[in-house]
Amino acid sequence: MGKTIAEKIFDAHLVDRPTPDRYVLRLDAVFCHEITTPMAINDLVARGKDRVFDASRIKAVIDHVTPAKDGKTATQGLILRQWARRHGIRDFFDIGRNGVCHALFPEKGFVRPGYTIIMGDSHTCTHGAFGAFAAGVGTTDLEVGILKGVCAFRFPATMRIEVTGTLQPGVFAKDVILSIIGRIGVNGATDRVIEFHGPLIAAMSMEERMTLCNMAIEAGATCGICPPDRVTVDYLWPFIQEEFDSPEAALQSYARYAPDADAYYEQTIEHDVSGLAPQVTFGYRPDNVKPVSEMAGTPIDQVYIGSCTNGRIEDLRIAARVLRGHTIDPAVRGIVSPATPQIFAQALREGIIDIFMAAGFCVTNPTCGACLGMSNGVLAEGEVCAATTNRNFSGRMGKGGMVHLMSPATAAASAIAGKIVNSKLYESS
Amino acid sequence: MKDFKGEVLFLDRSDINTDEIIPARYLTEITREALKPHLLEDLHLEEFDPPTDIPGKRVVITRSNFGCGSSREHAPWALEVNGIHLVIAESFARIFRQNMFNCGMLAIELSAVIIDGLFGRFAGRQAVVEVDFDNSRLTVRSGDEEETVPFTISDFDRSLVEAGGWVEFADAHY
Ligand code: SF4
Repeated sequence: MGKTIAEKIFDAHLVDRPTPDRYVLRLDAVFCHEITTPMAINDLVARGKDRVFDASRIKAVIDHVTPAKDGKTATQGLILRQWARRHGIRDFFDIGRNGVCHALFPEKGFVRPGYTIIMGDSHTCTHGAFGAFAAGVGTTDLEVGILKGVCAFRFPATMRIEVTGTLQPGVFAKDVILSIIGRIGVNGATDRVIEFHGPLIAAMSMEERMTLCNMAIEAGATCGICPPDRVTVDYLWPFIQEEFDSPEAALQSYARYAPDADAYYEQTIEHDVSGLAPQVTFGYRPDNVKPVSEMAGTPIDQVYIGSCTNGRIEDLRIAARVLRGHTIDPAVRGIVSPATPQIFAQALREGIIDIFMAAGFCVTNPTCGACLGMSNGVLAEGEVCAATTNRNFSGRMGKGGMVHLMSPATAAASAIAGKIVNSKLYESS
Repeated sequence: MKDFKGEVLFLDRSDINTDEIIPARYLTEITREALKPHLLEDLHLEEFDPPTDIPGKRVVITRSNFGCGSSREHAPWALEVNGIHLVIAESFARIFRQNMFNCGMLAIELSAVIIDGLFGRFAGRQAVVEVDFDNSRLTVRSGDEEETVPFTISDFDRSLVEAGGWVEFADAHY
């Protein structure tokens, strides 16, 4: 029987099987941010085990609340900062160089096909876009990862999703993943890895694949994985050119993580996106999804463009295409957070920031901020936000607030209209 | 090993997420104790009022996919500081379930039929649960009515509970 991508990665990293149902894997990278790591650090200190397994494999960032908004968040930053310093963690990103973890770490070249990665953050599944096995974990798993460089997982049962068809203009990776979650449900891939395949995935940029894999957790998946290919190698080339003679050689090396033709999948579904319209969520579950047209006219108070799902340069470009020459509805507050300083700088160079500002958007520094209702755009009770983020749980952006998830194009169009609408990029046939 | 017995809090909904268990606005806390008053603060269920219904409870019985959403271990911690070490559900989200066992706590999965039966017989009454860990059985009791059901947890999770958590286990093995 052949193997899936995750099974091959497990084989290559197996340290122990303490019981038949558990695989303890060696970790290639442990990512950290200031919300879930300080408790792990404090616990290690309290246990007299304030050590790290390999400082070069640990990457850390202050991203959720930055600049600090109060004494408590300042303390969280302080604990992470002092820890990074005393252990010589060189890849530590503090204010001025920091950005949303799942946008920043790939951009720095920290992810490779075949890697095992954990982080105390559920959207760690984003990094599966590179053909890595990347899983969100809790603070205790993170703590053991920091100390020992290992983590325990169940067998990576895999669901294969074959995405077919071509997207209509104005329909994006975000709409694809929303439609998949709407179809399989918030519990549809629990305890499983999703492998994304098909011509549409092959044609996607790394940014689009990250948007796709980012939301795998919203269907319960441990990780969303795209097979590494030429697109992956081209993205990584600046970071791997010392390692390989040519992109072809890199491709050949990464091909060992391609799934076997006779790999066993627990479930295979075909997801045809021809005719897919832009999607939006309603209610408090990410699988409550319908076409934007069915929600058209829903009034909104705020529009938020950013996050690890859709705060990358491609997302800002698309939003700017919609916004150019328009101003947003005066009753709407528009907030855009480029996900990393590099994205911010690129958006400046391309005149995208000008377009946002001329339209009436507030441009914030790179941070998670409003995405999880901690800073920079918290909603008041009863307020509604059109957001390019990934989670619409009750209270997510502030107690009593409502979040509708959508693509950057739909969010930008909704900002102009003051209510949820399809963007002009979408022409339904 | 922690103790797994006491009065039950019934939460009759599927897909209760970690934002509902402990909202993100409390993630700035750096002690577990500070989470105590905020457990289930954003969970809106009919006839559920956290400040009156949570005190004294030691066990949660709920439906499917409990603990979905964020990876925050603050969710099991918020349960733990309220004295709740055991959650019984039809199913759990992966990260939440692992976090429970990693903390030396118990997350027990029972079939939909059994969970349904427990809700039918005991919800709305004062019920207590007792776990016979060695023999993988649990008993729910209310007045003179009681029901004993077997459960299975993986050998690995069992060793985490016995060790007191994943840090202790990993320390002894790796
Ligand atoms: S942008 Fe939102 S979803 Fe992404 S890591 Fe930050 S808080 Fe989490």
